[in-house]
Amino acid sequence: MVRCFLVHTVCPVSALSAAESRVLYSRVFGPDETVQHEDLDPEERRLQQRERVAVVARQVRSAVTLSREASGRQLVEMVPGEEALALQEADSGVVRLRAGDPFSGEMSALWVAVQSLGFTMVCEPHENLLLAEGTLKNLTRHCLEHLHMLGPGSEVLLKGDRIDVLLSRLLPHGQLLFLNHRFAQSLEKEVSAYMTK
Amino acid sequence: MYSHGSESLIKQAREIQESELQKFYGRLVRLLQAKEVGHETIDSLQRLHLILSATKFTRILPPELHKRILLLISSPLEQLQVLSSAVLRETLPLSGQEVNYSHLNSHAASLLVSQARSRPDVAPLCAQLFRTLESRQSEGPAHSITHTLPILNTVITHSPECLTEEHVTLLSKKLVDWLRYASITQGGGTSSGGFFSGPRSRQPGPIAELDGTVSGDFFTVLCVGQGFTEDQWMNVYSFSMLRNWLLTYHSVSNCNTTADSDDRSEVDGSVISMVSATSSSSRLLPPKERLREKAFQYCQRLIEQSDRKAHKRTDTELQKACLVEAVCILDCVCLEDTSLVYRVFPCIKALYGRLCSDLSFARVLVPIAQFYLNHGEMAAVDCEPVWQLVFGRFPAELFNDPFLAHELLRFLRLNIENLQLRVPQYTLSFPNLLKFLAWDSSAMVDDFVDLLPSLVTAGTAVELLHTLLDLPCLSATLVLQLRSACLPITEPSGRILQALDAFRNPSVRGLFLFLLRGEAGSGDTIERLSTLHELLTESADWPRVIQCAQTVPVLLHIFFNTVIKVADEKLLAHLILVQLERSSLLLKIPKYIKEVHRVFSCHLLKLCKLHPSLVVDQSHELLEFAGTTANVYSKEEVYTHVVWVLGEYLSVSCDARCSVRLITSCFEALEAVLFEITSSAPPAGAVCPNPRVITTLMSALAKLASRSHDLIPRISLFFSKLRTVTRGGSAAWCSDEEDLVAIVTRGEELWSLLKAPGVAQSVLTPPPHVNTAQWHRDTNVAMPLQLRTITSLTHSQ
Repeated sequence: MVRCFLVHTVCPVSALSAAESRVLYSRVFGPDETVQHEDLDPEERRLQQRERVAVVARQVRSAVTLSREASGRQLVEMVPGEEALALQEADSGVVRLRAGDPFSGEMSALWVAVQSLGFTMVCEPHENLLLAEGTLKNLTRHCLEHLHMLGPGSEVLLKGDRIDVLLSRLLPHGQLLFLNHRFAQSLEKEVSAYMTK
Repeated sequence: MYSHGSESLIKQAREIQESELQKFYGRLVRLLQAKEVGHETIDSLQRLHLILSATKFTRILPPELHKRILLLISSPLEQLQVLSSAVLRETLPLSGQEVNYSHLNSHAASLLVSQARSRPDVAPLCAQLFRTLESRQSEGPAHSITHTLPILNTVITHSPECLTEEHVTLLSKKLVDWLRYASITQGGGTSSGGFFSGPRSRQPGPIAELDGTVSGDFFTVLCVGQGFTEDQWMNVYSFSMLRNWLLTYHSVSNCNTTADSDDRSEVDGSVISMVSATSSSSRLLPPKERLREKAFQYCQRLIEQSDRKAHKRTDTELQKACLVEAVCILDCVCLEDTSLVYRVFPCIKALYGRLCSDLSFARVLVPIAQFYLNHGEMAAVDCEPVWQLVFGRFPAELFNDPFLAHELLRFLRLNIENLQLRVPQYTLSFPNLLKFLAWDSSAMVDDFVDLLPSLVTAGTAVELLHTLLDLPCLSATLVLQLRSACLPITEPSGRILQALDAFRNPSVRGLFLFLLRGEAGSGDTIERLSTLHELLTESADWPRVIQCAQTVPVLLHIFFNTVIKVADEKLLAHLILVQLERSSLLLKIPKYIKEVHRVFSCHLLKLCKLHPSLVVDQSHELLEFAGTTANVYSKEEVYTHVVWVLGEYLSVSCDARCSVRLITSCFEALEAVLFEITSSAPPAGAVCPNPRVITTLMSALAKLASRSHDLIPRISLFFSKLRTVTRGGSAAWCSDEEDLVAIVTRGEELWSLLKAPGVAQSVLTPPPHVNTAQWHRDTNVAMPLQLRTITSLTHSQ
């Protein structure tokens, strides 16, 4: 299953140091990791979870920067309406997160970087990464469209519930789904209905 | 995309004043008390979520507000469910919170799961989910039971013991029903509508395949229809969690069935395998085994369905993902019950035959390779072509696919021991495998840190060392290879014009082709390596090449640390020679050369410490290196260490073959260099030699002189000259006054030491037992230690 999905910056942010990344949306699936091991209070656990997400964001930011540097491709500004093109032009890759850094087991963090934002999905490594990649790209496209991310707005911060609903249909409780175009259409219709309310 | 506006919003949310926050809470409570839910309520809830999630520390809501939000979770309006669930996830649960487990919607369930502290918290949820599954009618909309499976999947991933034996049996039966016996007619859904639609047009038609043909067999995820029935939805959700289910409850170590039923299932399995598979006979099997059988049939059908030409691109991608999943499930099922291998293998073999020539299916072929590795021996199938693909074509042609690289390297990491045993070409395939690293160093280095030790063998160590040192060249060559394929010959290609020309030039193409070779064994390196480096000079500032160069030192360390475990002295001697040779034969990336020299120095030292006789063995080459003055300036680090090992280990106590003549010739070589570098300014373009080189030379000469006393007058002469020349306080070859003083002081120390030759020998070349501390055993030394201990004990009192 997918352990977490996050949307974060992959460009320099003035308020943060060079390597850090601002997490704009994060959703962790499943009960907290440390449930079996330690007797932490809920506040500590929330803090630890946030730190784990921050570590993932930082590692992906670094991977994105290095990948873009190596490929030498120029970033082209896109405007709202060009979501499909933005996705086509996006960089993508996968980072291996070693056991303990930051999850207790080894994880694979798949990422798609659209200009200054990264969309990351952390999965268990034995998961079907082909399916995960497809799901991630689909989620990215929907996020770009429904939250108008190619524009200058800040809807991702205030309308995070839209991403929650998107995830509840396309990645319910972190479960990757084998959806052919018909099933996907049906679910996307529900999502669109929610968005227009 | 990400703007100042967003940054300031976050700042506002973080820095909100307590008084303002309380006012906001109050306003929200009033809004929630109202009957109508308007835009303002939704807006406020969204703002509340931002405020709570913006800070690391957890904000606690006032109890009144918390309770009202908790009520929203069961609201009929989905937006309220989502918002309340999101808000409550960001704060602490109310103590003494009563949870009503019935009528849980998906969002409420996810909140419960995220708040779960331990198994007892999840168990009632589990029980409720099973109750929902067992009941025939589902009360809510069609999706209300579809979410039970994903939630269950989460639960079994984290705490599989939450499910009782009964639960497992029940769900196995349900999964069989949904996977194998879902409806084969289209679901209700919307009729095509229109003025002329009547009862006739509303009759559900059969489901279809992805290429449009009518489906002739049971429903799977690769079937389409206008709309879907509930059990067809459950088919999708069941298949999506099937592998995890099998891995959790069906793996061999997990089998908690009694010995009896184990035997029974084995017998049943073998009986079935002799009869052609028909679903009727499987009705006799217990639920677990029946699920296994149905899983096999489902996967078989998916494999057949994936051969059809789908109309939509997303469906083609889905077909590939289904193939991966099907092969993995079949692997899982065969690991659990090895008698199934004979039925499954023909299917996999046929699939392999279908896909092996199409590189776009490379990611499907990796799980197929895993299947072959796990079961190929048992089925006595020739796996050779598979390995040729995995170690040959894939790295050579798909090195720039980050996902394939990740999956292939993971496959290698997981199966290292097996591969070393069963696939002899594994250790010869490093030139190909390193292409993944050369292309995408930052992403792949982690995997290679784990894999490299397995690739170090005595037979290929030298070639591997050369290959590692030339990784940046390989990186540049791969860039050229891709550019060359994209760009036509006549068009100017801008920046990389020269190198690209060289790449296409037939007279030097062989050099590049050597780097691009797929297998080791055709030669350690090429003779015209310096020509290759020259041709690639302009690649020294390509980002990809620089990133690659940064990962080489780490890999060299791993290489050397591993090779000492497998190499004999002859090989180690060869490796020393390679280090000396290659220290001047590297692609000219400034930091790279320095770093490699540092690694060489470190390991030269280690090697010689482990096998001191290597120094006498390779004395000719080491002396040649140390006697070349130019090396002081161009390879300072390595030079310093070579001189040091010569001084330290060129003695009879390290190797009986060390003769007086050898010591003398070494002395003369080093003396000549020392004279040269301390008699004039450095050559044009070079900086003054590091004081450390000079002091190392002096110490080495002193050590050698202490072993052959005839040489003492010569070195003493040098020290006296040194003192005279530097009395002025400066020298052309040393710019810093403090450094000069240090050098002269060292010289004086060595000079006075050499005045008592016997003492000098034991100080400069102490016998080995002095260096290994065993003070407590040495009677001569133990006494002072005892006295000191007693003194300190009595003193404290």
